[in-house]
Amino acid sequence: MSTSAVAPTSPAGAPDPVVELRDVGRTYGRPPTVALADVSLTVQRGELLAVVGPSGSGKSTLLNVLGTLDRPTTGTVLIDGVDVAAQSDRALSGLRAHRIGFVFQQFHLSEGVSAVDNVAAGLLYSGVPQRSRRQRAVAALERVGLGHRLDHEPNQLSGGERQRVAIARAVVHRPPLLLADEPTGNLDSRAGAGIVELLHELHREGTSIIVITHDVDLAARLPRRVTIRDGHVVDDSSSAVRPTPGPGGLPTLAPSRGALS
Amino acid sequence: MTDPTASRLLPADVLRLGASGLLTRPTRALLSALGIAIGIAAMIAVVGISTSSQARLAAQLDTLGTNLLEASQGQDLFGEKTPLPLTTLGSAARVDGVESVASTGLVADTGVYRSAAVPEGETGGIAVRTASSGLLDVLGTDLAAGTWFTDGTASHPTVVLGSAAAEALGVSRPGQHVLVGKTEHLVIGVLEPSPLASDVDRSALIGERDAEVLTGAAVPPSAVYLRVDDERVDEVRELIAPTIRPDAPSEVSVARPSDALAARQAADQAFTGLLVGLGSVALLVGGIGVANTMVISVLERRREIGLRRALGATKAHVRDQFLAEALLLSLLGGVGGIVLGLAVTAVFAASRGWPLAVPPAVLGAGLGATLLIGAIAGLWPAVRAARTPPTEALQS
Repeated sequence: MSTSAVAPTSPAGAPDPVVELRDVGRTYGRPPTVALADVSLTVQRGELLAVVGPSGSGKSTLLNVLGTLDRPTTGTVLIDGVDVAAQSDRALSGLRAHRIGFVFQQFHLSEGVSAVDNVAAGLLYSGVPQRSRRQRAVAALERVGLGHRLDHEPNQLSGGERQRVAIARAVVHRPPLLLADEPTGNLDSRAGAGIVELLHELHREGTSIIVITHDVDLAARLPRRVTIRDGHVVDDSSSAVRPTPGPGGLPTLAPSRGALS
Repeated sequence: MTDPTASRLLPADVLRLGASGLLTRPTRALLSALGIAIGIAAMIAVVGISTSSQARLAAQLDTLGTNLLEASQGQDLFGEKTPLPLTTLGSAARVDGVESVASTGLVADTGVYRSAAVPEGETGGIAVRTASSGLLDVLGTDLAAGTWFTDGTASHPTVVLGSAAAEALGVSRPGQHVLVGKTEHLVIGVLEPSPLASDVDRSALIGERDAEVLTGAAVPPSAVYLRVDDERVDEVRELIAPTIRPDAPSEVSVARPSDALAARQAADQAFTGLLVGLGSVALLVGGIGVANTMVISVLERRREIGLRRALGATKAHVRDQFLAEALLLSLLGGVGGIVLGLAVTAVFAASRGWPLAVPPAVLGAGLGATLLIGAIAGLWPAVRAARTPPTEALQS
């Protein structure tokens, strides 16, 4: 069913997964509703991929599991080599504070708080003192091209700029893994394109990025696409390097449909 | 996990988070802090006013002295008033430990009137009493105006009014005339209040020989005041009655007026206890207000909670943030209440001419009570916030 990617190897040559899901299932309620079933997925360090699927396909559950905000009912989740199932709430919080960055469709910025302080909040739970939080926040905002908007509050920024602030907050602690949930969902196409370009830049600088989206066009602009439907991974294709001969024998055409639009 | 990868929130940041939570909704914070403030202010003011009045009493007793004894006519077996013997003053003065004595004698069936137009019997509770010459020294009472009796004036129709008597008669300055019985008397002096001898306050005092002229007989003393060696008050107290009335010591009642003042204070204290009870009800209501504010705050800020969990906050960090917010909120109310309570006490004490005395322990207790209330009111909402599942919180 699943197609474990042999995809881009790390610079050293040896496989070095930042995310490893093995037969992960997640059910809710009683009688159980299956949100994820037997999902196996490996993401190598430095990859940029899209998890794409229609709403209700289980991709939000997958994001929560990847971000350690939710635990799987069955299977194994390894984030940056850490087995999530064995960890306490404290340890998982530590994992999120240091190794994972989140970007949300609704930005989730604090109103009435300057861009610098919004970004600095990304370091709050790493025990970094306020002064150096602010210094690093300024650097992160400059990195996303908002060096001229440091003291602006969210309601003084455009949608694209708000999402850039949110991305700066997600990467201010330099996490190895960035999770983006519909990052362009609330943006017009031009601002959305800017955000995708920014994600590519962060990827070039070495961050592993997983973008969760229902937008096939957005997915087509990323090197690897994992398609999910009804809780199952139905397709895993890479366009950047060679097609993967998976055991399921699914055709992995590159580029996929819609890429030319 | 090793230390560098643990989730950590600096204590200064816990405070900062709590404060910023309040600052985002300043009106709501101020209103719910006001609830606490009113409760604390009520308690501080009640206790402060009570202790200030006690301080006034202590200062008063300090100047009046606690070594004054009063022996007065008691009752015999049949309930009849038994006058003290005419020799009382002399025999009391001879008791070991007595430093000075003075007496007053109630002049029976004689009233004091502003003028002849006032119907007889409408005395307004003002009695006519004789005064021995040393009365003011023994009581420690001063003249508000005019003079005390001299050997010359004591036998003339002159009168010195106690402070309450002067007020009741509408006489504020010497030189006016009042009727004592049917005889016109010149007011030669008006006294300051005598806290230790309220009888004197409500008396028109006349000389002993003058009284003899009015009534046709020597007026026996009805009360004897004794200043006693501080060290021997209890001992002298036992000796007075048998000395004055060796035949019937039980018919003399001996009291220590400063005890009566202290007892009145104790009665006030019971009232204070009641008021403190009312204040604590106000405080309880204030605490419920804080709890309510926190519950609403937690409900409204589910997304923020979810975001903080995604940023790496542990459940404990979320709990601590909301707990800090509740504590700061009630602390704000507590400090405001202490300032308000002190101000009320200061204004009240100043208006009464009392010293301002609020024990620091009361302020400390007030602050402690606020923090306790904040902790109790904030705990449940904070725990609820901590238990909010991050996945649901982010979707809401």
